[in-house]
Amino acid sequence: MIESTGTTPTVTDSILTVSDLSASIEGQQVVEAVSFEMLPVGVTALLGRNGVGKTSTLRAIMGLIERSGEVTLAGERVDREPTHRIVQRGVGYVPEDREVFASLTVAENLRLAERDSNPNRELIAELFPDLTQRSGQLAGTLSGGQQQMVSLARALVNDNRVLLVDEPTKGLAPLIVMDVARALERAAQTVPVLLVEQNLQVVRMLAKKAIVLEGGHVVYDGSAEELLGNEALTKELLGVA
Amino acid sequence: MSTIVLLLITGLGLGALYFLVASGLSLIYGLMGVLNFAHGSFLTLGAFAGWALARRMGGESWGTLIASLLLGMAVGALVAAATEFLLIRRLYNRHIEQVLVTVGLALATVALFEGIWGTDPIYVTAPPWLSHTTAILGARVPNDRFLLIGAAVLVLLGIVAFLRYTRFGLVIRAGVENRSMVTALGIDVRKAFTVVFAIGGAAAGLGGVLASHYFGYVSPQLGGSLLIFAFIVTVIGGLGSLAGAAIASVVVAILQQFANYYLGGTGDLMVVLLLAVVLLVRPTGILGKKA
Repeated sequence: MIESTGTTPTVTDSILTVSDLSASIEGQQVVEAVSFEMLPVGVTALLGRNGVGKTSTLRAIMGLIERSGEVTLAGERVDREPTHRIVQRGVGYVPEDREVFASLTVAENLRLAERDSNPNRELIAELFPDLTQRSGQLAGTLSGGQQQMVSLARALVNDNRVLLVDEPTKGLAPLIVMDVARALERAAQTVPVLLVEQNLQVVRMLAKKAIVLEGGHVVYDGSAEELLGNEALTKELLGVA
Repeated sequence: MSTIVLLLITGLGLGALYFLVASGLSLIYGLMGVLNFAHGSFLTLGAFAGWALARRMGGESWGTLIASLLLGMAVGALVAAATEFLLIRRLYNRHIEQVLVTVGLALATVALFEGIWGTDPIYVTAPPWLSHTTAILGARVPNDRFLLIGAAVLVLLGIVAFLRYTRFGLVIRAGVENRSMVTALGIDVRKAFTVVFAIGGAAAGLGGVLASHYFGYVSPQLGGSLLIFAFIVTVIGGLGSLAGAAIASVVVAILQQFANYYLGGTGDLMVVLLLAVVLLVRPTGILGKKA
């Protein structure tokens, strides 16, 4: 594994720690003995080429696929708990491909996600004013960017201890990509974010720490700036510069 | 003209019965992917509970009828919720085992009912008005058809209101679309499973009491015979679609009535042919989701 030097952010009291996490889908191993720690503040990026197990790692942390190993949230193990309990402990999840409920309205999608007695409706209205105007519209009729806003808003409507966000800019127009990035930047001021992202411009803008997966393993764990500032290393690990 | 009116209204009455059974099947499949072959047992038990109460209270009063309908619903709901909690909950995503357990439960309960109440039909008594007829456009329509249609409409409206205006309803609607995402929002979807089973069981229990008045008797095989048509209705309407089940219930029952009358008692055959045509032309059913 490559470890960065010099500007590596230090992890103190990691909010989310993953140790020897392995996961399989229909008997096929997709994550193998992955270990890393998230920064307790800001954005930690989980990177890698297509198909290396980034999404599966997030889904394994959430308990959405069969997994083994340890996942601790603020020092407490959560890997033996069902998905809904992990979320109730304060892990917000924004899945790949948004997964909004197409037959529910925007307002119903958000209401379904509300679990706090005092949900952050003002924050949602401030970050995504378009959603307020479209509250009665069926989520399935929204554009991809608007659906991503709904998906992010569902996670931000509660006070979470950590957010897992999976490829939030995938398939979005450049203008919308920056809107999503700004929303994430704002969210990361109050809650640490583990971000899976292919768009390196967004990673450069948001992430302090980067973890790179290859073949289901961690091959880099260190400073995002150092990784993305090193063209040869970025090309070697991510296949792009 | 009067024959057509009579066949139409009788078809609507029978369709109402099919819907009361199919609504639960459809909701349960839509949310949980469970094909519940034990659903007919909820209906039969509801019917026997209603009959037992009516026998004690005197079956000819409206109060008794209403009490037996409520008891049938309660028994259906309780038994269905217990079935989900004790048996089905351990078998989610294990479809073969679910089928085996629910088929086994259906067979075992029929044997149990036969052991308790015997194999012969037991005739029920009802308020006299139900055995009278009302003239509509020259047709003498048995009054019990109106009770069936009214009950089915109330159940449909009640379920729609529950799904639309309650938190549980919201969870169920979302769960039908994407169950794992509901859990990823921190919701224990298993509670919704139990509620859906209870709603389906209540509708079936109500259907059981009404079926006993429609046919004039209650027997251990009552649920099983209606369940076959309820499954056909559920498939034609589209698995998981309540509106589809309502439409298909009416279409199937009216087709059955007209074929029985005009085509020499071929109603059941026509229903099976309709099922075959729908599966060939539109495999997802009238309002079913594409896989």
